[in-house]
Amino acid sequence: MIAVAEVTPVWYLVLGSILFSIGAVGLLVRRNPLVMFMCIELMLNAVTLTFVTFSRMLRDVDGQAVVVFVLVVAAAEVVVGLGIIVALLRKQPSATADDVNVLKG
Amino acid sequence: MDTLDLVWLIPALPLAGFIVLLVLGRRLGEPVAGWLATAACGAAFLTTLVVFAALVGEDPEQRRHVYDLFTWLHVGGLDVKAGFLADPLSITMALFVTGIGTLIHLYSIGYMHGDPKFAKFFVYMNLFVFSMLMLVLGSNMLITFLGWEGVGACSYFLISFWFSKDANASAGKKAFITNRIGDWGFMTAMFLTFATVGSLDYSVVLERAPQIAPVTATAIALLLFVGACGKSAQLPLFVWLPDAMAGPTPVSALIHAATMVTSGVYLMTRVNPILAQSYSWGPDVIAWVGVITALFAATIAVAQTDIKKVLAYSTVSQLGYMFLAVGTGAYVAAIFHMVTHAFFKALMFLGSGSVIHGMHDEQDMRRMGGLRKLMPITAATFIVGWLAIAGVPPFAGFWSKDEILLFAYDKSPALWAIGLVTALLTAFYMSRQVFMVFFGDERWRKAPTADTDGTAEHDPEHHIVEPHESPWPMTVPLVVLAGLAIVGGGLNLPFTGKLKFLEHWLEPVLEGNERVIGVATNTKVGLALIATLAGVAGIVLAARVYLQKRNRPVEPELLAQGWYYDSTISAFMGGPGQKGFDAVAAFDARVIDGAVNGVATSVRGGGKGLRVLQSGFVRSYALGVAVGAVGLLLFFLTRAGGL
Amino acid sequence: MELFVFLVAGAACIIGALGVVLNSNPVHAALSLVGTLFGIAVLFIAQEANFLAAVQVIVYAGAIVVLFLFVLMLLGVDRSEDLSIEPLGAGQRIAAVIVGLAVLALPLMAFRSTEGEATGAIAGPGDANLLRAEVADVAQLGESIFTTYLFAFEVTSVLLVIAVVGAVVLARKVKRADYVEDPLVAAAEAADAP
Repeated sequence: MIAVAEVTPVWYLVLGSILFSIGAVGLLVRRNPLVMFMCIELMLNAVTLTFVTFSRMLRDVDGQAVVVFVLVVAAAEVVVGLGIIVALLRKQPSATADDVNVLKG
Repeated sequence: MDTLDLVWLIPALPLAGFIVLLVLGRRLGEPVAGWLATAACGAAFLTTLVVFAALVGEDPEQRRHVYDLFTWLHVGGLDVKAGFLADPLSITMALFVTGIGTLIHLYSIGYMHGDPKFAKFFVYMNLFVFSMLMLVLGSNMLITFLGWEGVGACSYFLISFWFSKDANASAGKKAFITNRIGDWGFMTAMFLTFATVGSLDYSVVLERAPQIAPVTATAIALLLFVGACGKSAQLPLFVWLPDAMAGPTPVSALIHAATMVTSGVYLMTRVNPILAQSYSWGPDVIAWVGVITALFAATIAVAQTDIKKVLAYSTVSQLGYMFLAVGTGAYVAAIFHMVTHAFFKALMFLGSGSVIHGMHDEQDMRRMGGLRKLMPITAATFIVGWLAIAGVPPFAGFWSKDEILLFAYDKSPALWAIGLVTALLTAFYMSRQVFMVFFGDERWRKAPTADTDGTAEHDPEHHIVEPHESPWPMTVPLVVLAGLAIVGGGLNLPFTGKLKFLEHWLEPVLEGNERVIGVATNTKVGLALIATLAGVAGIVLAARVYLQKRNRPVEPELLAQGWYYDSTISAFMGGPGQKGFDAVAAFDARVIDGAVNGVATSVRGGGKGLRVLQSGFVRSYALGVAVGAVGLLLFFLTRAGGL
Repeated sequence: MELFVFLVAGAACIIGALGVVLNSNPVHAALSLVGTLFGIAVLFIAQEANFLAAVQVIVYAGAIVVLFLFVLMLLGVDRSEDLSIEPLGAGQRIAAVIVGLAVLALPLMAFRSTEGEATGAIAGPGDANLLRAEVADVAQLGESIFTTYLFAFEVTSVLLVIAVVGAVVLARKVKRADYVEDPLVAAAEAADAP
């Protein structure tokens, strides 16, 4: 396919922004805790995409190093988060994020 | 060690006596407690003599020694040491405080015999002597104020010593509260002094006094005078002194004749450089207040029937003379009169105590009479005191009062005239007292009548107990004081410069602020003569009325009630005054407390309102975080110029 | 060529993202997420971050999403969520949309202001963190992590240990004896009782 336009790094950045905003909206709208978690993962992925893009723009390998750490932290976060969700859902399988409101003031 | 460093021992000895008696007093009991207290006071007197001798040995210019015990306060710019100042003025005061104090302690052993609270009396008396010595020996205004408050507190304790009677407790309260009003003046003066000079030390303040602006100097001087009015019972704060006679007579003698009430005069003399720096109308105010008070009190004394009340008003009057002297710049005369007054007034108070003791607690003069045959020593010494205060030469009072009147004449003939009238009245009411008590018919032999209500206990069949002379602990001090009243004039005889011991002695303290008068010797002699004549006239008038019964006594109710001054104040304070106080209290409770409580309530309300935000819903919190993040993003982008 | 790859992968990403957000069945949402993750991996390769692409697929798509599916299946929470109701009020949805639009618009505006250039410091030839085209990116990445970011690396390993411990603690079954009355359960049982 003949390239009609040049793919500049900005396109990647824009894509990352779109993904991030979709993830943000999803987090605020969905009630199922697992789906909310998936939206967080979506946002993290958008961020990693942005970091890699910047790494290429700035010819800096630090961006890719950050992505590695983000990956590790995301993994750890998922582990702990799912542990919490498991503990929560075991008692009440139909619980949603709105049912965890015991700490209201 | 420099002998002058012993000055700290002078107040320490009565303090030690106080502490020992506080702990062991009741166990020591009568009369050991009394002797211990007297010994403490006597030891202080001996120490004062030693320091005095050391001071005399110094050059006149070197007679000023400050001994600091430790640093009391060191806060910000304020550095106050627990220091003692040994200079001619303070040692003079210390001498007669400890000297007369010892005599009165001795007297009290006899007077308080049989009282259940015997030991406690001496506890308070020693504490008083300690406070008074701190007052006069302090090297800075704050130590003086410490003593000032201390003597006020002890005065309260001692006036209301027999507090089981409501009247005595009220009298103590009255004294303390009235003094407090004066203390406000003292405190404000201290604040002003510190603000202007930056220190409260006498050495610093008095040295820098010439650099104080006249406005400030006048303010400080007059505020200190307000304090002096409270402590030394001048108009308008004298009301506590007549009521203070509710206390035991030795208390009246020590505190309300010789020592505490003179602290005002001491204070004004101490700050004479500040007075010299103020506007001329400042000391004028002091002089006029003094002389008006003198006259006012003398008129009231004419109509009193209680033996101690006459002496109380007499004290107020004589203090007025001292302030007249201070106001006209005659500091030496003021101190001179203070010393001689201490002698004869203490003498007369102790004498009246002896009379009361002998008459078995009878204080109404109308039920006395002809006591000179039954109480010869008391009578003789009292007569000496009477002649002294009446201004009969060569007794002490004549010389000192004459000095004051001389300086008053030089300042303004009006002042002199009022002073002269007061001298006449003084002679009159004192003679009246002497004639009523020691001469004339023995009215106590008669049964009590309707209008001669005494204070003694009445039994159904009126036993007539013969009055008796008092025991030796009471008569010895009387004799000593009488001797001093006779020779006391020798302190400052006006004949030649060499005989003016007191003037030369006090020169370093006064440093030329003593007014110099240019009155011809003839005028001086003439004035002295007129003063003596006034005194004699007063005695003769009193004799005609009270001894020879040739004229009817004139004792109008107005004067007997003290020109209704006291009752007016009570009515005002009780009526509109009370409403004012209630309003202030309500303001405090509602507005000030309300404001504080309102802050708490509004915080609580705010908290309650904000609680709504804590819904517990995770998604709401997530929304909050998101909105905040967007806000931050906006902020940074606008700052960085990205938008 | 790059344009074609970008368009396809980008589409996959966006469609997957929308799938995650809009699917009421959580299993379908998880599968959409896989689509997004693959799209991202392709975009990594397009930007010559090959190692990261591989790691992305292995860790994210291969481990994390599988973990999600495990929990979904094991706990039987694959019930569909009713997307039409919003218990927190309509304001939540409106605010969410506004936030989403803001989060989209603000970076775009930032990109426009810098005309598509990055404003950071571009690594020069002598710098240690220079991304060299001739060396394999794995090697460069490894060098960077094990020298410049060694401390962060160690900390993340500790983090992983903590995460494991935490997960074990959180997910274990509570013995009857340690059982503490849970208000959720009590409320549920009270609701179920009559």
